[in-house]
Amino acid sequence: MMTRRDLFRIGGKMLVLASVGATLEEITGAAPASEAYKMADHWWGMLIDIDKCIGCGNCVRACSKENNVPNGYFRTWVERYEVPEEGQPKVESPDGAMNGFPLPAPANVKSFFVPKLCNHCADSPCVQVCPVGATFLSPDGVVLVDQTYCLGCRYCVQACPYGCRFLNPETNTADKCTLCYHRITQGLTTACCENCPTGARQLVDFKNPKDPIHEFLRHNKVQVLKPYMATEPKVKYHDLDGAVR
Amino acid sequence: MRRFLQDWAHLLLPAGVLIAGLGVFLVIRAAVVPKSFGEYGHYRGAALEMIRQKPVSYAGQDMCVMCHDDQAKVKAAGKHATVHCEACHGPLAKHAEDPAANVPKLPDVAVLCKRCHEQDPAKPSWFPQVVTAEHSGGMKCTECHQPHSPHIATEADAGSGRGK
Ligand code: HEC
Ligand code: HEC
Ligand code: HEC
Ligand code: HEC
Repeated sequence: MMTRRDLFRIGGKMLVLASVGATLEEITGAAPASEAYKMADHWWGMLIDIDKCIGCGNCVRACSKENNVPNGYFRTWVERYEVPEEGQPKVESPDGAMNGFPLPAPANVKSFFVPKLCNHCADSPCVQVCPVGATFLSPDGVVLVDQTYCLGCRYCVQACPYGCRFLNPETNTADKCTLCYHRITQGLTTACCENCPTGARQLVDFKNPKDPIHEFLRHNKVQVLKPYMATEPKVKYHDLDGAVR
Repeated sequence: MRRFLQDWAHLLLPAGVLIAGLGVFLVIRAAVVPKSFGEYGHYRGAALEMIRQKPVSYAGQDMCVMCHDDQAKVKAAGKHATVHCEACHGPLAKHAEDPAANVPKLPDVAVLCKRCHEQDPAKPSWFPQVVTAEHSGGMKCTECHQPHSPHIATEADAGSGRGK
């Protein structure tokens, strides 16, 4: 049974913590805004070409190393689908495909790889459910988590229709793909795209008129995952099979 | 008149409490809500800058090319042109910053090539694949293939226009 005294005690601790957080932000947030990059000029997303993915897992390893993702958790992963003509597809992702797929798929059914990551939805349920404004869509179109502000309540983990979020056991805060925000805002591509050997993953900037994505979209049919969720994903898939969920 | 004041007097205390409460609320709110909250939306604007400060592990191929012209040229002309340096060599941002202090280990060929080239029906059919155990006869892939330009010319190449 919680007494009123307990309540005040906990409340007081939270107040102190919160003001420490606020002071922290004044210290850490004091760095000058990095030069040249203008958020208003970008609208980030990704193009994934299923017909180019070889399931090597380079993206998963690269993401993990670039972002210090804890073992057993994934900001991106690769699934292998085996889709029989009738019946349920079989989906595998051994250790997120961290080491690729050591065992080959059977030769007698249709099979292919599907890389997954946060879809950086323009209208995302994860952002809507956050009670404290710790997760948000940045002005340049990236769904991010403010680690210093997140309470770890997991509402967003539940809300994501794509299973792209997890609670980081080291920080006890929600964690997810940042689209390598620290890289793309200084002119580099994401770690997964940098390490994709076939160009199956490509970072795209929908606001950049020179981005090859515009030419690609004019000539190719693309799809997003779970379009019926109306979350407006910005990760587009080329050559996606109807069996993929 | 006196009577009137008397009636109102007992309201002054709750009013005072309310105003004091509001004051305390505003003071706490000012202390607790971060300055940049609401700068761009319902979140801490400074979080964006904080996330941008994270260090980079993969320098990117453009970086490697500046110093390793030889390998870069060979690779660009061969079949591994689309495979970036760090896809095989691993994250080398520290090496790119200070090459002498962080000399990289060379990749372990036994696991490296397999991961991409082991036969799997799930791989797109255009991608060159081999059953590595049979194909290599247990030899290291690099005994026969140059990692930066792996194609081995065969008779079938003559006239077929296949690259290096
Ligand atoms: C600033 C110039 C510079 C950059 C940038 C650079 N390197 Fe190097 N690299 C060197 C030098 C110098 C050495 C030799 C170091 C030594 O042996 O002391 C070296 C050594 C290496 C070696 C080891 C060669 C051997 O014989 O063992 C590899 C592999 C390598 N670099 C790969 C890379 C990759 C991949 C990148 C891109 C991420 C990169 N380097 C970026 C200068 C550079
Ligand atoms: C397909 C994988 C792969 C890619 C891509 C690749 N390398 Fe290598 N590289 C290797 C392997 C494997 C070795 C070790 C060869 C050996 O053991 O003899 C090597 C060796 C080297 C060496 C040592 C000296 C030499 O030539 O053997 C350097 C330097 C080097 N790589 C730089 C680069 C740079 C720079 C790039 C990008 C332009 C690059 N590599 C791309 C696989 C790769
Ligand atoms: C990260 C993935 C990756 C790794 C690791 C890798 N390759 Fe490749 N390899 C590719 C890609 C992509 C191609 C180009 C396929 C194409 O465009 O036709 C290729 C092409 C080749 C080819 C040319 C096939 C032909 O048409 O003649 C050979 C041979 C080859 N690789 C051997 C190797 C060897 C040996 C190693 C290990 C040193 C290696 N690869 C490591 C991705 C990789
Ligand atoms: C004994 C020499 C030798 C060794 C060892 C060797 N290869 Fe090859 N490889 C060849 C020759 C020769 C060709 C070209 C002839 C051909 O297309 O079959 C070739 C072709 C290839 C191709 C292209 C196949 C295609 O369909 O175009 C790939 C991929 C390949 N090798 C990967 C590897 C890998 C991975 C290893 C290490 C596990 C390896 N090789 C070890 C000699 C070798």
